Amino acid sequence: MNTPPLDTHTGAIALDDGDVPAIRFDRVEKRFGDHVVLHDLDFTVRRGDRVTLIGPSGSGKTTILRLVMTLEEANAGYVYIDGKPLTHFPRDGKRVELKEKHKNEMRKRIGMVFQQFNLFPNMTVIENIIEAPVHVLGMSKQDALVRGRALLEKVGLPDKENAHPTQLSGGQQQRVAIARALAMEPEILLLDEVTSALDPEVVGEVLNILRDVARETDVTMLIVTHEMQFARDVSNRVLMFDSGRIVEEGSPEDIFRNPQEQRTRDFLSAVL
Amino acid sequence: MNDDNSFWSWEHASAVLPDLLLKFFTVTLVVTIIGSIIAAILGLVIALGRRSAPRPFSAAITLVMNFIRMTPLVVQLLFAYYVFNTVPPLVLGTVIIGIHYATYMAEVYRAGIDAVPPGQWEATTALSMSPARTWTAVIIPQALRSTLPALANYVISMFKDTPFLMVITVTEMVREAQLYGGKNFRYVEAIILAGLIYLIASYLSSLLARRLEKKLEYTTA
Repeated sequence: MNTPPLDTHTGAIALDDGDVPAIRFDRVEKRFGDHVVLHDLDFTVRRGDRVTLIGPSGSGKTTILRLVMTLEEANAGYVYIDGKPLTHFPRDGKRVELKEKHKNEMRKRIGMVFQQFNLFPNMTVIENIIEAPVHVLGMSKQDALVRGRALLEKVGLPDKENAHPTQLSGGQQQRVAIARALAMEPEILLLDEVTSALDPEVVGEVLNILRDVARETDVTMLIVTHEMQFARDVSNRVLMFDSGRIVEEGSPEDIFRNPQEQRTRDFLSAVL
Repeated sequence: MNDDNSFWSWEHASAVLPDLLLKFFTVTLVVTIIGSIIAAILGLVIALGRRSAPRPFSAAITLVMNFIRMTPLVVQLLFAYYVFNTVPPLVLGTVIIGIHYATYMAEVYRAGIDAVPPGQWEATTALSMSPARTWTAVIIPQALRSTLPALANYVISMFKDTPFLMVITVTEMVREAQLYGGKNFRYVEAIILAGLIYLIASYLSSLLARRLEKKLEYTTA
């Protein structure tokens, strides 16, 4: 049972134009003890979509990213990446867990940038960036270095190659973390409150890099942020969450200019 | 060597010192270094085994570990000496002291591994790193750094426990001092000198450990 069949019932469900969604949540439930964080959640993200998840804290947004990154496991339901089940798939009405090898193959398509950066402090900046390309993708060290340096250039830190993360400011660390995630050339990039731990004056530089990434690549982005202007600039879809359910969704224009739901209006008036 | 009533005799001191130093370098130090290597490696294996091995296996490791920690080193040395009576006592003693301290070092490693922030594990998952690479490139280097002071303390402890090897007939430095005393009816110089050698060596090792610790700090690396 190594590679399960492409699940035609739910996983590879085609969108109107016949495209396979980059991410699909199918009746996903996540509980922490008795507390239900996500209720029967259904949503799809198209390839190349930039989707921002907004909503009050504790509404389950970060949990969604963590489920996609396999840092958490759903209690029920299925997550599909490119039409393939991520960690579990349905067979004869049962929820069957996939092998670690399959999960790891799926993970390689996904990159994540964390609120707390999570750079490896025992490695230099460039070592952080080339670690996975060399040891996971099997790239030669030479090639990985060339690409790593290009990425450092891109995030505006070409001279920090041999610095250690502890020698960098928070904003610089986060830029390295972005470079590290991009070095894996992920199809899906998860951004988990990437500016929440930063000093206000460096938030802009980090967001500008992400704006560039959004403009220059076709990576699918799933974004949790409190930076509403950034959400407006980068995303083409916004999902408003409350208590583990999608309350409202639409284009940034719809959600920010003309929210339909009272809870969305309350939330936006609190944060804007 | 006629002034036998005085507390301290320089003649006896200078007569015994070369023998003590010889034993120090050929036995005490060798046992400590090889014993430490055994303890450091085996301790890490125990710590990883308790964490990752299947339940019955890790439970067995824990049981053996507690057994070793709750009995005196001397009892273990004597037990091994009578059971494995074909093994040279010096080799046996080194292995036993290494195993004994491995159980303590395992606890240090465990604490060090637990101290690595969850975000580090999450980053390795996000980068699809293999378990082997996660351990060797991320977790162990970070755990080692925080455990180094405690490991160094155990090495110094082990160093000071090497005289116990005399119970299984190993003539290390302190036994050598005792033998000199018995032969010449002068114990004070030999024992004091042995103690002083320990004091100086322990102090130097603690200085060395501190320097190593500084070197391992990320910012100065």
